[in-house]
Amino acid sequence: MNLDFTEEQEALKKTARDFMTKTWSSALVRELEEHPTGLKEDIWRQIAELGWLAVAIPEEYDGVGGRFMDLIVLFEEMGRACFIAPFFSTVICTLAIVAAGSEEQKKEILPRVANGEMVLSLALAEPSARYDAAGIATRAAANKDEYVINGTKLFIHDAQVAHCFLCVARTRTEGPPEDGITLFLVDAKSPGVKITPLHTIADDKQNEVIFENVKVAKGQVLGPIEKGFPVIEMLLEQAAIAKCAEMVGGADWVIENCTSYAKERAQYGKPIGSYGIIQHYLAEMWTEIGIAKRFTYYAAWLLDQGIPCRKEVAMAKAWASEVYKRWTRMGVQVFGGIGTTREHDMGLYYRRARQAALLFGDPDSLREKIAQEIIL
Amino acid sequence: MDFRLTPEQEALKSAFEEFFKEEEKRAPEGWSGGMFSIFESEENWAYHRSVAEKLAKKGWLCLPWPKKYGGQEHSYIEQLIFNEVRAYYRVPGVDMWGSQIVAPSILECASEELKQEWLPRIARAEINWCQGWSEPNAGSDLASLTTRAVEDGDDFVINGQKIWTTGAHRADHIFFLARTDPTVPKHKGITYFVSEIREGITIRPLLFMHSKHEYNEVFFDDFRISKKNVVGQVNQGWYVTMAGINFERSMIGSVAEVKRDLEEFIEFCKETKRNGQPLAKDPLTRHKLAEFALELEVARQWAYYVAWLQSKGNLVPAESSAAKYFSSELTVRFANTMVEIMGLYGTLKAGSKWAKFHGKYEDMCQASLGTTIAGGTTETMKNIIAWMGLKLPR
Ligand SMILES: Cc1cc2nc3c(=O)[nH]c(=O)nc-3n(C[C@H](O)[C@H](O)[C@H](O)COP(=O)(O)OP(=O)(O)OC[C@H]3O[C@@H](n4cnc5c(N)ncnc54)[C@H](O)[C@@H]3O)c2cc1C
Repeated sequence: MNLDFTEEQEALKKTARDFMTKTWSSALVRELEEHPTGLKEDIWRQIAELGWLAVAIPEEYDGVGGRFMDLIVLFEEMGRACFIAPFFSTVICTLAIVAAGSEEQKKEILPRVANGEMVLSLALAEPSARYDAAGIATRAAANKDEYVINGTKLFIHDAQVAHCFLCVARTRTEGPPEDGITLFLVDAKSPGVKITPLHTIADDKQNEVIFENVKVAKGQVLGPIEKGFPVIEMLLEQAAIAKCAEMVGGADWVIENCTSYAKERAQYGKPIGSYGIIQHYLAEMWTEIGIAKRFTYYAAWLLDQGIPCRKEVAMAKAWASEVYKRWTRMGVQVFGGIGTTREHDMGLYYRRARQAALLFGDPDSLREKIAQEIIL
Repeated sequence: MDFRLTPEQEALKSAFEEFFKEEEKRAPEGWSGGMFSIFESEENWAYHRSVAEKLAKKGWLCLPWPKKYGGQEHSYIEQLIFNEVRAYYRVPGVDMWGSQIVAPSILECASEELKQEWLPRIARAEINWCQGWSEPNAGSDLASLTTRAVEDGDDFVINGQKIWTTGAHRADHIFFLARTDPTVPKHKGITYFVSEIREGITIRPLLFMHSKHEYNEVFFDDFRISKKNVVGQVNQGWYVTMAGINFERSMIGSVAEVKRDLEEFIEFCKETKRNGQPLAKDPLTRHKLAEFALELEVARQWAYYVAWLQSKGNLVPAESSAAKYFSSELTVRFANTMVEIMGLYGTLKAGSKWAKFHGKYEDMCQASLGTTIAGGTTETMKNIIAWMGLKLPR
């Protein structure tokens, strides 16, 4: 057994932490929250130069051939810093292309992702607002050597800057919902793609993306026709754990900053951290966040090893979501009035926790998944 | 025991209901209640003011006051009924700071001259108040405040900073606390002032987490104020604030408002399909809604009990503190759970065609955080219950 990161991972963590301290700032977070695209070109170039966009990409496509666990290190640091960029979206789609893409697709796309030229966005969710096959109503109809896509995608992150969508559509309507799902790589500039921004609590650049008679060549199908859903299931597990890493990274900021504030802030002549109730909040916060972090690593390791872990992924995401929501809420309470302001960083985490908990499976639907796994 | 209202109270309740039902229809687009939302936009403020003027005409802004100052000498129960009905219809119109906080202090402690000067104007909704108590370093420990008031002839000269001053940007008057004697123990050197807002007072906006403008920083720079504007005695300000907490403190308003929100949400669940069936048929959703219905019902009965105790002349530090923290924590939980039930739709802001309830819960799950802090934090409430209710050692 070895429950530590590798030396390389520790080094990556340090680089990421340094980058976030030196180049990134909460002032930038605020600027980009208000910014229409949320993409700062110079930052994007720098993370490409650092090789972060190449972590998930095999060496033969100009990647660094890293492991899922390496990505976890990055997501954790990004969550801690409330990093804003289409990194998550791009990397998640990259994982699908690596897993299911044809040689040609990989050659065309992956090197351009690695060097920062190409941004990807996952066009999965729909007005059904669920992450299962039955939620997909977008249709792709075969027509000679192309497909024609029609449908509305909703809650789509980073569509506003994407060059290419990984679009999940139904190519067959009869039979079980899992059968008949096909994945497409759709050029974002295709005629018929209409993007409308949605504004959310986390200012995280979600969009409505309407596909209206969008023509896609057959060569743009990713993975097996009508059997695309297993790829999405794999992706959803990876995305859920990546979100967990972001959440525990953010939670780390919360515990550290609440603890130091409790030591500094005095009321009635004593630091508020000397009062029992605050101590117990922080003790529970430390415990639950610590647990969430270790379990996230466990689920990430299972994924990394290719060990089936449907139940563990659901547990990790449900737990991390609840923990993050609970302790960002109590974090605001520990800060008192100042924690409720726009200018204080605590609110950045509070708002993100509410959003992250719902992405790639909300705690309730994940509990249902766990139930399905344990009650045979 | 008899839980019924008297026929007179029932009649009054019907009159309140009739009035607020009508006023609710005049709400501006996107209005969805909330304690601080009146300060957020011109439209909301205009709505608040228009209702306030009507309430003033009916004499409903000062139900419990002595007749001599325009009041109706009603008990806490009538006040409770008013607060409940108004909040249920989510209609503004009451300057909480004026009628709930400064008026009771004036009634209890001010000179006859001050009473005559201020009370009728409060009853007529002529003035809008804000509360300048908290400071950057004096929050829970309010008595450690450092804003200075220095005597100079017939005046005091004020210097210092207040923070979290809700609605200061809409108000024309402020009641505030300042230190008149720094040499004595902290509770004994504070004086309570009332004043119009004029030169020497600077108001700087502070944005709430959701970017809306509710509270402010307020700076006093050599601000001159006449000694006539002292409420009670110089250096007795702490006791004046204590006398002022003698308003209806059951928190029925926040309970009633959430009850209304819940009813509306239940309708939404009946109309909204999830996984092919109405949300209202989903056992987990039903359970959550039922839990809130239960908590709201018990909180409502507790509120009635608190008002009942007050109506008999009891001071209710522990009971009202319990009501305060229970109802505000309930509000935070409620807003968060509604977001949870709505799933990805829950976090959409107002403005998108996909947002439900004009983005109410995206807003409320942030706005409600203020309620467990403002007016005494949950932790302070629990301390009061422990110390004053249970007589545990400090
Ligand atoms: C939305 C909003 C509106 C407000 N409006 C007004 C207004 O109009 N006018 C006005 O004067 N003020 C207003 N306030 C200020 C409010 O009264 C203070 O925020 C409150 O008293 C807490 O003070 P603080 O923010 O300095 O937090 P602190 O007192 O610093 O508290 C920080 C944390 O420490 C805890 N703590 C402090 N002391 C103890 C203790 N002895 N035991 C256990 N825990 C403790 C607190 O509970 C809290 O969790 C408003 C606040 C908010 C959030």
